[in-house]
Amino acid sequence: MKSISELEQIRQRTLDRLNQRLEDRSDEVRVVVGMGTCGIAAGARAVMMAFMTECTLRKLSHVTVSQTGCIGMCRFEPMADVFLPGQEKVTYVNLDGDKARRIVTDHIVNGNPVTEYVITSQLGSAGKEEDQ
Amino acid sequence: MKFYRSHILVCGGTGCSSSGAGALIDRFNEQLKLHALDQEVGVVKTGCFGLCEAGPVVIVYPEGTFYSRVRPEDVDLIVSEHMLKGRIVRKLVYHHETEEPAGQSLNDVEFYKHQTRLALRNCGVIDPEQIDEYIAFDGYKALARALTEMSPQQVIDVLKESGLRGRGGGGFPTGLKWQFCRNSPGEKKYVICNADEGDPGAFMDRSVLEGDPNAVLEAMALCGYAIGSDEGYIYVRAEYPIAVRRLEIAIRQAREYGLLGNGILGTEFNFDIHIRLGAGAFVCGEETALMTSIEGHRGEPNPKPPFPAQQGLFGLPSNINNVETFANIPQILLNGADWFRSMGTRRSPGTKVFALGGKINNTGLVEVAMGTPLRKVIYDIGGGIPKGKRFKAVQTGGPSGGCIPESLIDVPIEYDSLIEIGSMMGSGGMIVMDEDNCMVDIARFFLEFTVDESCGKCTPCRVGTRRMLEILDRIVSGKGEEGDLEQLEILAESINDTALCGLGQTAPNPVLSTIKYFREEYEAHIRDKRCPARHCKELLHLEITDKCRGCTACFRVCPVGAITGQPRARHAIDTSKCIKCESCIEKCHFGAIIKV
Ligand SMILES: Cc1cc2nc3c(=O)[nH]c(=O)nc-3n(C[C@H](O)[C@H](O)[C@H](O)COP(=O)(O)O)c2cc1C
Repeated sequence: MKSISELEQIRQRTLDRLNQRLEDRSDEVRVVVGMGTCGIAAGARAVMMAFMTECTLRKLSHVTVSQTGCIGMCRFEPMADVFLPGQEKVTYVNLDGDKARRIVTDHIVNGNPVTEYVITSQLGSAGKEEDQ
Repeated sequence: MKFYRSHILVCGGTGCSSSGAGALIDRFNEQLKLHALDQEVGVVKTGCFGLCEAGPVVIVYPEGTFYSRVRPEDVDLIVSEHMLKGRIVRKLVYHHETEEPAGQSLNDVEFYKHQTRLALRNCGVIDPEQIDEYIAFDGYKALARALTEMSPQQVIDVLKESGLRGRGGGGFPTGLKWQFCRNSPGEKKYVICNADEGDPGAFMDRSVLEGDPNAVLEAMALCGYAIGSDEGYIYVRAEYPIAVRRLEIAIRQAREYGLLGNGILGTEFNFDIHIRLGAGAFVCGEETALMTSIEGHRGEPNPKPPFPAQQGLFGLPSNINNVETFANIPQILLNGADWFRSMGTRRSPGTKVFALGGKINNTGLVEVAMGTPLRKVIYDIGGGIPKGKRFKAVQTGGPSGGCIPESLIDVPIEYDSLIEIGSMMGSGGMIVMDEDNCMVDIARFFLEFTVDESCGKCTPCRVGTRRMLEILDRIVSGKGEEGDLEQLEILAESINDTALCGLGQTAPNPVLSTIKYFREEYEAHIRDKRCPARHCKELLHLEITDKCRGCTACFRVCPVGAITGQPRARHAIDTSKCIKCESCIEKCHFGAIIKV
């Protein structure tokens, strides 16, 4: 890269791609799995694989599955964000392969977030939970 | 039974059959075979759904999509769209969830509401293995701007005005440190990133490297430009394989884009970065030991002065900063010193990341504005203490820090205020303790860590900390004597005065702060041979009370046969045999076994 304008081009291009989820300009769905050490230790790889295989199996070519780092709520890992076009992201927690597959069918395919895996529904009981 | 990924349920009730459901089943089977889906999708004829008015009714599982008034020609569409492509045929859906999912945004969550995410702004947001995503969120813009619009001195001036202080523990003003190195004469200088993170329980640096490695690379290049260096080292512990791999990927991608290497962004500026793996010794986080280790020697500290800015790596002027310090810098240059100063306090602007651990509901990483009271971090963000137990103390600063009691929990988190109350910021570990933690044992635990990690180069640290540990060992095992506390204080003072590096100098802190705030707990161990938290095994024994129903559960679980008694009669524990493993307490359904 030899100039700032090139940097700016990459910025715009990537931003457009990432922003599509907000602006309903495409039907792209993004699934972002937390793959920090905490996530991986809690089983994020299996969750990532489940998302990918389920989407391949169902030929959901409009879904991209990608990764990100630790978001800080390590005790809720594995976590994943699901971005549907034109909607706020939904954050799922304490996932496993089966839950990931259900999210693909219920949320991504059918448009109904799986409320019981969503972070807010799990936080309510956090204080009462038996921690070990 | 055959395994299908999906089932199509066609209503076979009277109502639907009369409105044409029978033809649907045949049509589904035919269409599925046509698309070679007949092995994956099963068609089932079911009983009445009770919605005969909307029939024929078809439900697709596992999604639970409810199609109504399905005509035979709709079947082709359902198969080709829904079964093949996974898209619901919306026009045929009978009842679709209409209400918007509410309150599912992370910003509504208590855990995030009180946070200010600056060093962690990209963590959990971008894909760390795609440099493009970092660039999309203004990555490398600060570097571009500095290289084209600012002089090296101007970069340093912004940092100085911002008031940024080192996040690695000491809190030294970063701008000033860069200035020293810039002023240091020499052709060749080094930029070093301290990613050793040896503080037990701290993992914020790891998260930054794993979640946003390019931010650190960009800041190191900025530092190189500011101080006049063309080479950087990242010293990261080998126990962080994912961080190392993502750093390697980031460095490779930055080189491909010409954001590292020669002639960066078409300017004269050259800068490249190497990774050095550390073996995980705590002392290697100390800057002089770290540089010795990079040079290929055994990681032992050296006296200061000379400071790294004068004689650092390979004897040349070097600037060393912590990962989190670096992660703040690109944004400070982009948004300006005033923006940074608008967060935090006057003496400590900006934010700090903490690793919350111990007896707290929400363990994890939090980033708050400096000056936030500890109480807010522990209760509002951390969600308080589990199982309704009482908060007792919070340990900050790791093995070099101290314990803060409940009476001081409203103190704002700042470098200076924490030191005033006998603790320190450290790298940001925050370990919460409840009523079950024995403070003497906590002090012993941290001291044991420093004794293990002492490199042995200087006597105060090698021998002095060991003497302190021996005294603490005696106290927790009920052999404490009058005068032990005074002896500990004398040792602590001389170690603090004479140890070669920060490891030894600060090692007594956990002991001193617990003596200061929990003296009566020490005295109970020494004088009454009693552990108020009922934690120290040598100072307690187990007893079966008259709540015992004689169910024999404890008898069966005891690994050493210390429990005797007849069924349906109160049991007893032979304290000479009991090893206090407490398995009986866990097994007892009646809460009949207590620690006294
Ligand atoms: C025993 C000991 C261990 C240390 N460990 C670390 C560490 O793991 N990470 C770190 O950044 N700084 C550590 N430091 C502080 C470094 O010596 C140095 O002050 C710091 O890297 C400077 O960076 P900063 O100004 O950005 O904070 C340690 C210091 C001592 C005495």
